[in-house]
Amino acid sequence: MLAKRIIPCLDVKDNYVVKGVTFKNHKVVGDILALASYYNKSGADELIFYDITASCEQRSANSNWVQKIAEQIDIPFCVAGGIRSLQAAEKILTLGADKISINSPALENPKLISDLVYEFGSQCVVVGVDSCQLGEDYYVYQYTGVPDKMIKSSYRTKDWLEEVVARGAGEIVLNCMNQDGRREGYDLAQLNFFRKRLPIPLIASGGAGTMEHFSDLFKTTNVSGALAASVFHQKTIAISGLKTFLIKQGIEVRCV
Amino acid sequence: MIAVVKCCGNNIASIGNALQKLQCSFTLTEDPDVIATADKVILPGVGSAKAAMSKLQSAKLVPVLQTLRQPVLGICLGMQLLYTSSEENDVACLNIIDGQVKRFCLTNEYPVPHMGWNYVSAIEDNSFTTKLKDCYYYFVHSFYAPISRETIASVNYGHSFSAIVKKNNYYGMQFHPEKSGQVGLALLDTFLRLP
Repeated sequence: MLAKRIIPCLDVKDNYVVKGVTFKNHKVVGDILALASYYNKSGADELIFYDITASCEQRSANSNWVQKIAEQIDIPFCVAGGIRSLQAAEKILTLGADKISINSPALENPKLISDLVYEFGSQCVVVGVDSCQLGEDYYVYQYTGVPDKMIKSSYRTKDWLEEVVARGAGEIVLNCMNQDGRREGYDLAQLNFFRKRLPIPLIASGGAGTMEHFSDLFKTTNVSGALAASVFHQKTIAISGLKTFLIKQGIEVRCV
Repeated sequence: MIAVVKCCGNNIASIGNALQKLQCSFTLTEDPDVIATADKVILPGVGSAKAAMSKLQSAKLVPVLQTLRQPVLGICLGMQLLYTSSEENDVACLNIIDGQVKRFCLTNEYPVPHMGWNYVSAIEDNSFTTKLKDCYYYFVHSFYAPISRETIASVNYGHSFSAIVKKNNYYGMQFHPEKSGQVGLALLDTFLRLP
């Protein structure tokens, strides 16, 4: 059967991998290529590189490292950050990325999703969604890479996900903002709620702190994978150890 | 020389990178004469079957690809193009392997595309499938080839379907060996070493 994917997310700023707590105070955690190579060898199933300030700075992800990563690793990877045209997406895919992920630019122009799907196929079009619980409902936030620019969009998460699916996206990464950076576990209620309403793969993001958080996620929701950053970058959790743990819990993962 | 057919999609870079890791020289081409005389031919592909077939037709590659005698490897969409037709827009394909490529049914339990690492099991022993016991490979596709007599390895996602097919000198892999870590590279190497 299909294995659950463990996906380190590398937030990139000025050609370094950084990590903040609840989207703020970014600190450098390492060199992009060195970390990509490390995760490739240690059993990550896929990598996501997110150029966190690209969208706010009105530019697309810096492509000089995309080609180097493609030459170096032998697992799939996705590039995100400020991709707001077919040309920008084509450049990144041609350099060897397997998927591109769009977030704020899709909210600015939802037709970008269907245009990208028509041109490149749904398999390489991922939509990242930053979702925040306010009272009884979930809402989508935009420009989350830079605190000063972050705004609440006009969409409820439910409505936005329906539009993303209707426009043909191949996968959704749902970042649950209330949990992000807190290491208190994934937002199981929210992920379960949306998983049951989506016909395409859903990746969980935000809140991983312990190995149990991953097993809780896969036992209680049918998400396709789990994204995490700081627990991997700070070596709180080693991917090989995490996979051994998950197998003992009866969860199917790929071991290398 | 290995000929990689340049027509079908943007992710040719991945195949090139994998071949370089295996220290294999190759040429990216849509020239019928180069393809006809290559030692081996790789037909990669992502995107839609219809777009890929119309590109092969305009490059006058259809009769060439149908009559190759050297080992040929179709990857992902490239494998699906080996079949008679695809349910994707009901497009006629290369008709090297009998049968129709089908569309996955959309469900919440088995979301589509089938995306990620799945376990591939050999059905028949040969030089290819002895290399893949106990292995996960990376898949990403929304259409599948049903099990048939050409299936030499299968995969399960809601139901079983073809992971690797073989007919005479034609091979097809539904997954991406170039994106499947060391085991994928080993399998690609097996193809490159075929006589």
